[in-house]
Amino acid sequence: MAFTLPKLPYNIEEGIEPAISGKTMSFHFGKHHNGYVTKLNNGIKGTKFENSSLEEIIKGAFENEEFKGVFNNSSQHFNHSFYWNCMIPNGKEPSEKVKEILSNSFGSFEDFLKQFKQKAATVFGSGWCWLVADGNTLEIMQASNAMNPIPLNKKPLLVIDVWEHAYYLDYQNNRGGSIDKFFQVINWEFVEKEMKKAGLF
Amino acid sequence: MAFTLPKLPYNIEDGIEPAISGKTMSFHFGKHHNGYVTKLNNGIKGTKFENSSLEEIIKGTFENEEFKGVFNNSSQHFNHSFYWNSMFPNGKEPSQKVKEVLANSFGSFEDFLKQFKQKAATVFGSGWCWLVADGKNLEIMQASNAMNPIPLNKKPLLVIDVWEHAYYLDYQNNRGGSIDKFFQVINWEFVEQEMKKAGLF
Repeated sequence: MAFTLPKLPYNIEEGIEPAISGKTMSFHFGKHHNGYVTKLNNGIKGTKFENSSLEEIIKGAFENEEFKGVFNNSSQHFNHSFYWNCMIPNGKEPSEKVKEILSNSFGSFEDFLKQFKQKAATVFGSGWCWLVADGNTLEIMQASNAMNPIPLNKKPLLVIDVWEHAYYLDYQNNRGGSIDKFFQVINWEFVEKEMKKAGLF
Repeated sequence: MAFTLPKLPYNIEDGIEPAISGKTMSFHFGKHHNGYVTKLNNGIKGTKFENSSLEEIIKGTFENEEFKGVFNNSSQHFNHSFYWNSMFPNGKEPSQKVKEVLANSFGSFEDFLKQFKQKAATVFGSGWCWLVADGKNLEIMQASNAMNPIPLNKKPLLVIDVWEHAYYLDYQNNRGGSIDKFFQVINWEFVEQEMKKAGLF
């Protein structure tokens, strides 16, 4: 069964206010993410991964030179889908429970944002910045290119895309500014759901 | 002595017609490259590299975890300077000699362009695509992030920047189109000069 672009709970053409323009979404969702899905479907045809789940493909292709393209395309499909779900126009507020979990790990909710921004801003080259759960421990994980926590058996909770295509049309070189705006559109209800799935409460 | 942005034989504000807009140049040269130079100068202060040449710094920090930032900034300064010199508004024609050297290695001048484009288009994530001389052998070398031929003791002859910031404002996701336009602005006189330096004729 072929992988497809996810259905999102908001209208792509309008962008994700106030962080991401409709123009960026048309390229980011319509060209980049769409391209990864197409290349993934083509890349697994006739291979052992043809009927595997996305996570099985990512784990099976990880550090596997023969399936480097499949790793990149499957991971980028996963990463982008997670990213779109991490956001909603104007965001959704974090509950007290979520703020408590983040404070326990990072000192305070504001300290978490500060540390997340610092790590997201300093990914060199293309990549992602993840909040992940490793058992009951929370970590902020920098990732290059297509990397994500799945092959490391860590649970993704939140991600920002820091490939330049994610922010260049709207912010040019100002990645820091794009991260500030990202904070305004985080869908903390989605993050809370992922925290529950990860067994954090 | 502090490193500085190179003086270019063309006017940055006008862009590099028909390939790169003045708007892109204002960010790419004025913000990105400028930023690497600033960070490089700050990063070598008080270190053993304080009075080293750029190539010495690149070689000395290559695969050196302690100096990862210095490697990135020194290499990116080198890479961008080489890139600006590889181009000229409307390009400069390749001489018969240059075409011959390329044809000997790649089949024909057109085959070289085709192979170079294929490699430049398929760098995954941020990076560069170099034409290099390894002794008398020519190679087309893909490079991730800040990588260049200097630590490998190969001679750079031509480079294209495929970090998204190099083409996103002008071409968005169409990296292939940006490469086609790059071919129209290659300064083949500079390339010939580098080929001579590399002892190719």
